[in-house]
Amino acid sequence: MGNKRKMYLWAYAFISAPILGFLLFALIPICFSVYVSTTQYSGYQKPVFTGTDNYVRLLSHDPLFWKTLTNTIYSVLSIPIGMALALAIAVALNQKIVGIRFFRTAFFLPTISSVVAMTLLWKWIFNGDYGLLNYLLGLVGITGPAWLSSETWAMPAMILQGVWGGLGFNMVLYLAALQGVPGSLYEAAEIDGAGGWQRFVKITIPCISPTTLYILVTSIIGAMQDFPRFQIMTEGGPNYSTTTIVYYLFQNAFRYMDMGYASAMAWVLGILLMAITLLNFWLSRRWVHYE
Amino acid sequence: MSGASIGVRQTGRRANERIRKAAAYVFLICGSLVMAVPFLWMLSTSLKEQGAVFDMPPKWIPEHWEWSNYSFVLGEANLLHGFMNTMIIVIPTTVIGLFTSALAAYAFARMVFPARNVLFVMLLATMMIPGVVTMIPAFIVYKSIGWVDSWLPLMVPGMFGAAAAVFFMRQFFMTIPSELEDAAMMDGLNPFWIFIRIVLPLSKPALVAQGIFGFLGGYNDFLGPLIYINSPEKFTLQLVLASFQGFYNAQWTYIMAGSVLALIPTVLLFFFAQRYFVEGITLTGMKG
Repeated sequence: MGNKRKMYLWAYAFISAPILGFLLFALIPICFSVYVSTTQYSGYQKPVFTGTDNYVRLLSHDPLFWKTLTNTIYSVLSIPIGMALALAIAVALNQKIVGIRFFRTAFFLPTISSVVAMTLLWKWIFNGDYGLLNYLLGLVGITGPAWLSSETWAMPAMILQGVWGGLGFNMVLYLAALQGVPGSLYEAAEIDGAGGWQRFVKITIPCISPTTLYILVTSIIGAMQDFPRFQIMTEGGPNYSTTTIVYYLFQNAFRYMDMGYASAMAWVLGILLMAITLLNFWLSRRWVHYE
Repeated sequence: MSGASIGVRQTGRRANERIRKAAAYVFLICGSLVMAVPFLWMLSTSLKEQGAVFDMPPKWIPEHWEWSNYSFVLGEANLLHGFMNTMIIVIPTTVIGLFTSALAAYAFARMVFPARNVLFVMLLATMMIPGVVTMIPAFIVYKSIGWVDSWLPLMVPGMFGAAAAVFFMRQFFMTIPSELEDAAMMDGLNPFWIFIRIVLPLSKPALVAQGIFGFLGGYNDFLGPLIYINSPEKFTLQLVLASFQGFYNAQWTYIMAGSVLALIPTVLLFFFAQRYFVEGITLTGMKG
């Protein structure tokens, strides 16, 4: 009995660091955040309790919040585009291709590269007068816009860069999923006379659907909290056209020192993310197939 | 079915396959060009003279190779200093965090103790919490204890281990056989030494994979340093690089030279440890 208790102590000692970390850096901040979101707090004076004021202001008196919400949803368009392309690349790579290592590296390079460096690079590429993109467009007779200083084109530019940067990671996941599809299924379908496209739709897509769900859920959570790219590329402009919720939250917290309001915003975004995630899982029952 | 028709069908299938493969190559070559050209553009810009950047049409190979862009960026522009700061922050944090995560993962994988599953699920739940929610209260707390404008907020939390790493390592420990550990237990070795002497040496691939992810995350982190560090001499590599925008406005040769340099360590890491990358990502993805 004493021996057993000694083993418990060992076990608790082993897990103590992450559990303590959970308390200190997750649970306590979360509880504190709920409180801060109900106060007016600059980070310097004592917080003043204001009840639900921050939430009311956010949801009914702040048109900018709704604009940033729309922008955020717009920016998330990069996800379906990126997933479709990543799948296409993975399918191509899955055909016993020579040079698979080379191709995998080419697509994967942006994933391991610093976001700051990649964003600076694309800021230069998007340069209206001397940038690579408009030069290349010019070669085929298109006069490109001044991407980042145009209200219309700044967000598409962010989406384009987001898709480019995220391809490699999703491609690796899809490639692993494709390699896990049992070959016997394809053989059976072929004997039944199913064509290539039919096999893709009826066998490949359902078999890799758990991976699709995983990518979808994690990408949405990541993209809706994406801040560094926007900070470096556009600083939310021009005229708020690329101000996402997280960017706006940041401005409120660290530029206007309106910590209470920013915390309320964080909670609205957090709850929105959790709702989307739950919705994703709920909907997934209709289209995700587990073996 | 006659033999002839099977033969026809097979030739048809082979032709089909050949077309499909050719299409795949064309697609992949175009795709990798789209991926590679921006990097080549970055490299080309980084080696140009200041004014040559605005030549139209742009020259891919600079007329005069301006290597001094690199020495300027490393020295005067403080990139090397930022790199050293980053290493001082990231290496101890990654190593200690990896150790605490692995230790906890081992307990969750092998030991039986009250509330094990509850604690494990609780830990996993932290992966679901959006970072934005904890960012502001964490800042307020660090500010109140005087940690703002120091490296501590970038180091201390990571040293307590990461839920994702605990999860990953636990999955790994469950796949390795426990006979050796049982034998050591019979010999009276205590669990800590079993972990150090027997389990850790068996877990090199998983530790390397997690270590790489931890290092990359810390090395490329921009948000944390942006929030917590104000003094330029404490800037991490990413902060120094981002500050180029303000200091060398439109001096794209410097900005691109800095970006190229910032990529070198991670690209080298990737080339030497590609196998671990791919396995690490797919394992997390499959089981997540």
